Amino acid sequence: MSDRKPMIEFNDIQKFYGEYHALRGITATIREGEFFSLLGPSGCGKTTLLRTIAGFEDISSGAVLIDGHDMAQVPPNKRSTNMVFQSYAIFPHLTVAQNVTFGLRRDPRTKAEKAGLVEDMLGKVGLAGYGKRAAHALSGGQRQRVALARALILKPKVLLLDEPMSALDRKIREQMQVELIKLQRDLGITFVLVTHDQEEALVMSDRIAVMFEGEIAQLDDPETLYRKPASRRVAEFIGAMNFLDAEVIGQADDGITVVVDGLGQVVLSHSQVSTAHDGTVAVGFRPETMTILQDGQTSDGLETLGVIEEVVYYGDMTYYDVRLNNGKRSVRISMRNLFGRTIPDIGANVRVAWSPGALILFQ
Amino acid sequence: MKVSGLKCYAYLYLLFLYAPILLLPIFAFNDGTVIAFPLKGVTFEWFGQMWENETLRRALTNSLIIGTSSAVLATILGLFAARATTRYRFPGKGPITALIMLPLVLPEIMVGSSLLIVLLGLGVDLSIVTVILGHALIATPFCIALLSTALGSLDRSLEEAALDLGETKWSTFWLVILPLVMPGIISSLLIGFVISMDEFIIAFFLAGNEPTLPTYIFSQLRFPKAIPMIMALGTCLVVLSVVLLTIAEYFRRSGLARAGLKDTGGFL
Amino acid sequence: MATYTAARREAKQGYVMIAPTLIYALVLLAAPLLTILAFSFFKDGYLTVIREVTLANYIAVWTDPIFRAILLRSLCVAVMVTALTVGTAYPIAYFLSFGVSPGKKSFWLFLITIPFWTSYLVRVFLWKVIMGYNGVINSGFEMLGLMGDGRLFEDPFRMLSTMPAIAVTLAHCYAPFAILPIFVALEKIDRSLHEAGRDLGESRWTTFLRVTLPLSMPGVVAAVLVVFIPVIGDYVTPELIGGGKLPMVANMIQAQMLPLDNKPMGSAIAVSAMVTVTVIALIFVGLVRIFVKGAK
Repeated sequence: MSDRKPMIEFNDIQKFYGEYHALRGITATIREGEFFSLLGPSGCGKTTLLRTIAGFEDISSGAVLIDGHDMAQVPPNKRSTNMVFQSYAIFPHLTVAQNVTFGLRRDPRTKAEKAGLVEDMLGKVGLAGYGKRAAHALSGGQRQRVALARALILKPKVLLLDEPMSALDRKIREQMQVELIKLQRDLGITFVLVTHDQEEALVMSDRIAVMFEGEIAQLDDPETLYRKPASRRVAEFIGAMNFLDAEVIGQADDGITVVVDGLGQVVLSHSQVSTAHDGTVAVGFRPETMTILQDGQTSDGLETLGVIEEVVYYGDMTYYDVRLNNGKRSVRISMRNLFGRTIPDIGANVRVAWSPGALILFQ
Repeated sequence: MKVSGLKCYAYLYLLFLYAPILLLPIFAFNDGTVIAFPLKGVTFEWFGQMWENETLRRALTNSLIIGTSSAVLATILGLFAARATTRYRFPGKGPITALIMLPLVLPEIMVGSSLLIVLLGLGVDLSIVTVILGHALIATPFCIALLSTALGSLDRSLEEAALDLGETKWSTFWLVILPLVMPGIISSLLIGFVISMDEFIIAFFLAGNEPTLPTYIFSQLRFPKAIPMIMALGTCLVVLSVVLLTIAEYFRRSGLARAGLKDTGGFL
Repeated sequence: MATYTAARREAKQGYVMIAPTLIYALVLLAAPLLTILAFSFFKDGYLTVIREVTLANYIAVWTDPIFRAILLRSLCVAVMVTALTVGTAYPIAYFLSFGVSPGKKSFWLFLITIPFWTSYLVRVFLWKVIMGYNGVINSGFEMLGLMGDGRLFEDPFRMLSTMPAIAVTLAHCYAPFAILPIFVALEKIDRSLHEAGRDLGESRWTTFLRVTLPLSMPGVVAAVLVVFIPVIGDYVTPELIGGGKLPMVANMIQAQMLPLDNKPMGSAIAVSAMVTVTVIALIFVGLVRIFVKGAK
């Protein structure tokens, strides 16, 4: 993947709206054929950044390169990118086929050839036979498919998707996510997705840029992002993470010695230290990295004692709030409800298995 | 309970609103020269008289020319203003809009007399052209109101989508904006036409010696003999207005439906 | 520097877009109104206007008892019409907003606006027919046997050439102008506010007084302004219904402008009337702002 050539390059992009500093020096590269996501809370600048690729947003300084060409003087209609809008922007006065063929007006091919292309593309997005339908009579999911077909029929180098799933019901959303991944794999086109939904980004992307306040906080593949978040903020935004107060008491070449509230003294390797610094020292771990042991069950790792303070039942999962060794704060542990496993009651004393390798030191 | 009481009141109010219009055809077909009860039988004489009247025909022609021209002019002016106010932010937008919308509250006599002074001062001869200028001025705010709704309900990403798919700003206007706003434009044209056809004061001040339908009607109301024919004429005008307004309303609604929006109100 | 270019470019496009309409309004509306203002300070010469700044017109206008009487009458009529129109329109707007199902709202609005768009002159004249000496109302009573010697009413009613007759006619003409702004204001009110009012122990009526009415005040204010100001300038109704015996300001302006051809005097009357109306309207808006919270 990493050997592919760059498709989009952001060089120190700055964007101001009046006094408001919307993009603060974005530098990043999106590679050819990659499914890339811009993830962040609303107002973090992710949509603005996407729109600078399409050419709808002027940048105050810096440069956007598409396939090696500076886009500064190139208007949206001359860029080899196409967009799926958040509202889908389906032309309500046209039929489905007319919408899909909209961008082919200047294409020299014959009408029959174009009609064939349209039917082909509608088939690819699962709308075969819908060509004659009026656009304003479509459902949300169908609109999105039309928007996809309309953009993809032009064979863009990059497809831009602005929160395309946000208006869909959960079931249809999950279905569309899978279809989009397949479509991207088949076509090999670079996809850039904007989303505020971390789950969606994790499911779909090859790489994710997490943005806060106009800056990229971390750019990594989903697994690295989840396993080794660069900062506390990224860790909190992607999935859930427990934080325990900690104190560094020794640094050596083979590791860092830390005293962790509720867990005691631990030696962490240098690779377990987050790259960004946000002030307070804490040790974090994901809820699924600890296990509440059943009576008589043994574990290969370390064990500690805890008291159950809260039980939240989710069907396939149960979340437990556990106070470890009278620590200052309780931690959340998630467990799959495997067959035959009993759920301890609130107040029960339990043994908890954990591994130092799952800890991350934030400082 | 409360709502049904209100409903009765609403029907009475409608009766009040429609009373004059309902009486109109009664007297238009009444075989008597005096406009009073009791009625005297049915006649088509007044409609015949109306048909043969030379001055009336001239007034009608003038009114049609004035109505069409001022409707087109007001709709074009309205399109520019509505596009500017719904799409762009610029300093001074409030005062500028207030000035353009002022004829909505300004008594027509102020528009008529002030234009009269300026036109005479400039040595412009009064004609139907001067009436067109005045009528376009007072119809523009209504057109702006209608067109702003039409343009304001346009999703801005539709324009961006067209640009994104390779169209220029100009072709986007023709291919996307205009078709979607067309129903609004048609209702704006019809409303502009109806306003102009019905306007009296400005025509009275600015038409010079040319009659328009309202100034002709006003001149005839003094002569009791002419009244039955005016009733017949009024009936025709009411029918015409209702037809045009129904068409306008149809286009306004189909415009909303096309844009996939819910209906939120009527004119204005 | 680069910071403001986007906003400035947008402003420039906006100005270009609004320019045709703005220029039209400046040339054909603002300039003529300023000319009237200028004329009101000029002197009238026979068939010409002498460009010499003087307050003589205003002195003549305001010392003229006829003008004062006419202005006072116009204001009285305007107040009557406004009270009548807005007072009767409020329940209709309320009914439209709360009593009509959403699907039927635009049909009702359409019904209400239709009479407004049909020949104004003919409508006014028909009120003359309705209220005339042997008009619809009087002959109706006669047919019902309620009128004549020893009956319920001795003589036919003399309604024409009275201020109430003028007021009723004008109220009819301006009805949609009052209904629509109030309707729009009522439509904007969040429906759950009513439920909240009821939930907090208010009756339907007190909920109306404490929630709906204050929130709809902006609409009422708009309705008052949109009726009060143009009514002052109505020419046709005093002429037809008042029979020329009860002239209002517009009739006086017209007389000075056309038959008497004293344009400076006509201008001074027009300016005086408009200034008076504007001042009254501003005072009204100010009072509402002070006394009703929630009105903007």
